[in-house]
Formats: sequence, C-alpha cells, structure tokens
Amino acid sequence: MVEKILISGNEAIGYGAIYADCTHYFGYPITPQNELIEFMAREFPKLGRTFVQAESEFASISMVCGAAATGVRAMTSTASTAFSLMQEGISGIASMELPCLIVNVQRGGPGAGSTQHSQMDYLIATRGAHGGYKNIVLAPFSVQEAFELTQLAFYLADKYRIHVILLSDGIMGQMYESVELKKLGFPPLPEKNWAVKGSAAHNYVRTFVHNSPGIIGSYYDYMKRSDEKYTKIKENEVRYETYEIEDADIVLVSYGSTARVSLRAMYLARDEGIRVGLFRPITLWPFPREAINKIADNTKKFLVVEDCMGQMIEDVELAVVGKARIGLVGSMDRNLPTGSGMILSRKVLEKIKDFN
Amino acid sequence: MEEKDSPRRLICGRPKSLMQAKSPLCSGCQHGIVGRIISEVIDELGIMGNVVGIGGVGLKRGLNEEAVVFTIQGDGDLAAIGIGDLINATVRGEKLTTVFFNNAGYGTTGGQLAPTTLIGQVTTTTPDGRRPEAGGFPIHVAELMAGLPGVVYSARCAVNTLAQFKRTKKAIKTAFQKQIDGIGYGFVEVLSACPPLLNMRPTKAREWFEKHMLAEYPLGEFKNVNEREIKYQIENN
Repeated sequence: MVEKILISGNEAIGYGAIYADCTHYFGYPITPQNELIEFMAREFPKLGRTFVQAESEFASISMVCGAAATGVRAMTSTASTAFSLMQEGISGIASMELPCLIVNVQRGGPGAGSTQHSQMDYLIATRGAHGGYKNIVLAPFSVQEAFELTQLAFYLADKYRIHVILLSDGIMGQMYESVELKKLGFPPLPEKNWAVKGSAAHNYVRTFVHNSPGIIGSYYDYMKRSDEKYTKIKENEVRYETYEIEDADIVLVSYGSTARVSLRAMYLARDEGIRVGLFRPITLWPFPREAINKIADNTKKFLVVEDCMGQMIEDVELAVVGKARIGLVGSMDRNLPTGSGMILSRKVLEKIKDFN
Repeated sequence: MEEKDSPRRLICGRPKSLMQAKSPLCSGCQHGIVGRIISEVIDELGIMGNVVGIGGVGLKRGLNEEAVVFTIQGDGDLAAIGIGDLINATVRGEKLTTVFFNNAGYGTTGGQLAPTTLIGQVTTTTPDGRRPEAGGFPIHVAELMAGLPGVVYSARCAVNTLAQFKRTKKAIKTAFQKQIDGIGYGFVEVLSACPPLLNMRPTKAREWFEKHMLAEYPLGEFKNVNEREIKYQIENN
C-alpha cells in the first residue's frame, strides 16, 4: 500500500528530493521556505545525506554548483529576495551546464517586500540572470504535485544537463494536503562522464568544468550546444493541464496557488452558466505557447490570473499573437491591500463577469 | 657512448601532474613558480588521481573521503569578495587546502586596488597611492586565518629566492598533508610581485617586492597544530 501523509508544500519538496535520491542540500533560512530547510536538516543526516546551512544564499548556490560538478544530485531552496542574491551563481551553473534543483518559494517583492506569498518572480525565473541562458521552470499547484515535480526536476536536470527551477509560492509552501509518497519511475539517464571527481574516477583522464565558455574553449561550441539543448527541451518537455476548455468562451490562464483559486472560480462560473475553462502551465519554461495559440482559434477571451502586476501575461500575449483579447487579475485584485491579502475565487468570478 | 656519459641529462623536468600548456602569465610573474610547487607536491604525495583543484568551496561535499581538494585564490576572490566565504568555510570545519596568491593588487583586471595593496602604493584606482583615510589598510590574511579554530595550518611564504622556494614547498606540502590526515584546514599565503600592476620591469618589481612587500607582510608559520581546539562544549544526553 502506498503511504499517505499530511504535509505542507514545502515538506513535500523535501520528500520529493529524498525520493529522487538527492544527496546534497545547501540552504540559508528565509521565510516562507523555512519548513523546507528545517525538514532537510532533520531528515538528510538520518539518511546519511549531506545537509549544510550556508552563510548566505550566494554561498548556498556556490555549494550546489560545487556539489553538482562532482556529479551528485544537489539542490537549494530560497525565497524571492534571496533568489536575487543567487543569480550570479545560477548564471555560473548555466555556463558550466550543471544539473541541479533550485527551489524558489515566492514571497512579496521588490526588495525584502513581504514575508507573505506572491507570484512576482515569474520573469526572473523564466528569463534568468545575465548571459542569455535558459532553464526549465516547473510550477506545482498542489502538495502532491510539489512532491512529484521535485522528482521530475532531478530527472530533467540530469537528462539535459541543465539546472531546473521549481517555482512555488508562499501559499503553496504553507498549504497542507495529503500526499501519496511514491517514487516515480524514469527512463535511464546518460552517464556523468564530465563530473569532477579526481582523474582516478575517469581512468586518469582529467575532467574540467569552468564558467567562462568565451575565455576557455570555444564560445561557438558552447552556444551551439546550448541552442540545440534548448530546442530539444522546447520540443519535448512542454507540460500543462486544461480544464473544460472545449466549449469555453473565456479561458483562465494561471499557475501555482492562483491556479487553485482560478479552478474554484471556474466551477463557480459554470454553476452560473458562464462557459469558463482553465489552462494551467506546469512548465513555465518552456512555456506552452503552441497549445495556447491553438485554443485562441476558438476562444476569444483569455484572463490571466497571477499574483503580481502582470508577468506571465507577457507569455500569454506572445502565445495568442493578437487572436484574442487578454485581461489580468493581478495583485491589485487582492482582497486586502496588504502583504497577506490574496486573490480570492469570488474576485476572479467578478472579473470574469466584467470581462466583455 | 654510454647513457651516464651523455652530455644531455635531465636535471629538471616538468612535474607529472603539471599539464603541458601555454602559460597565460606575463613575464616576471611568480605564479607559475607556485603552480610548479603545487604540482611537485601532488607528485610527491602520490595523490594525482584523487585531487581536485577549484576556485570556491562546496565541491568537497560531493566527493569521497579520500579526495584532496585545494583552492587557488587571489587578492579579489579571497581577500575581498570572498573573505566571508573563506572564513565561513573554516567555521563549518571544512578540510581544504588554500593557496593564496598575494600580489598586492588586481593583476588580471589591469592593476587596481586590492585589500592587500600597501599604503602609499599607486594603482589605477588609487592614482595618488593608497591612503588610509580613503582606502583603508592592507589585510593580513595568514594571521587572520591562524586565529580561527578550524584552521590547523597557516603560513606566509615567498618565492623570490631558492631558499624561499623550498620553504614555500614545505609549507604547501604540510598544508596538503593536514588535509590528507583529516586534521583540518590548511592555508598558505604566497607573496609575489606583479610587474604590470606595478608598472615595472620584472627585475625592478622584485626589488620593490623585497623592499616593501616583505616589510608589510612578515613571512613565517602562524599556526601549525595537529588537532582542532574545542574550547567549550555543551553535553546533550
């Protein structure tokens, strides 16, 4: 029988890491992801795995970089303001093409912002720091999915030799739901013959990873390899879920916790006879652009629901290419004008009715 | 002719662990000498297949217990932007070996002020010389490291003479050995002069080095212990 337990979204990521055989966790405390670092501190040593509390988020990401370079499964977790601090390290990881997982449990911004939820890091997560690299971004909308996407993240990271960002948020992280703990099966992965473990591990052939593709080696080769990798990911790894879009006059587009709110709003609208559907991207990069474009052939109204002042809406606009009208339910639609205010289903319903 | 009578005898070869590659260093740079010392030490300790060199910490955690990890760092990534990480690596009790190249400025970027720049020294960002009021004071990292409980070996060396070369090699070898024996963090600061940074010819730069750098930075061992000291411990049942 599969074990079922009641845990938070943050802890589910911890369980996902354990089930994915992640052996190295590095982190620094920050709200609202503290349950995760505390879970790791508690559970990882028991399993003989490595937990290190770093001195800063820049140190955590550097440690992830170092550990990933040796070929082990490594991860870190953080929240918005400190996710900014990690950007240099993430860009370095991109240049070294190191597979690893970075969890961002989004809080309010900019700056230290608030300690509460938000979805204000969509663009930085999907667009990244300097240097024009790409990374896979996965967005869970239930505690069960947080557990499963964490396992998928490690698989995709190793498959493509790329870092993956799991984009959660304060509500997702603090939310408790029952989860079926089950190890997911994945196809076999390529051997990490590039890992830096001392030359004895590779028949005395020296291995070398470095973060300056334009200084050491061929910049062209790096760009070509990355370009091919990104194309392959875009072709094969787009993931999304749809609800009742076949006859929909209005399609809501939402990810993470606001997708849960939107789903409820969709049912409320259906109860009143308004034909509403929901499109939920699971991969924010690669973004399901073609799928949305296809829906725009039939549906002429898209309402993007995200707890920010409009970020994913830009991707929806690029997907729809003028075929439909697009509206936003954003942070200005929170029930309270405070850090703890949130977008409620009835507000989404109200906006659906207003969207003509 | 018999081999022993050959006029061509190898008296000084390339260390086995030193890769054959074109040196990117400027003429008069002493960093190549330190690179050679590290390679000789790796050869002599017989750790070539298990050694990893890096510019940062964290990597060791992913490796097996036998791996020997060293970092080579300069005035910027060690004494400026990375000093917090350096200290915290020892705070976490990491067992690493760090070789710190102190050449009193930033050579790679073209000769700017570093935390190690001497008072009065002219750099491109201190055109009138480093003044304490604006630019602060040179940092003595080897002494600082010696004060940290995670550090079991800390020394400052130079490579301007053969005698100093030998002392540096001994220091680096000791630092590696402390890691291999699982004792703790070993730190070796190696002083050198950077001719382009000083805007001097190599011979002149060496004179400058002997007059000024050795006056600011004393050579020697600041710590050499075989156990990390725990001053006080709370007992949990």
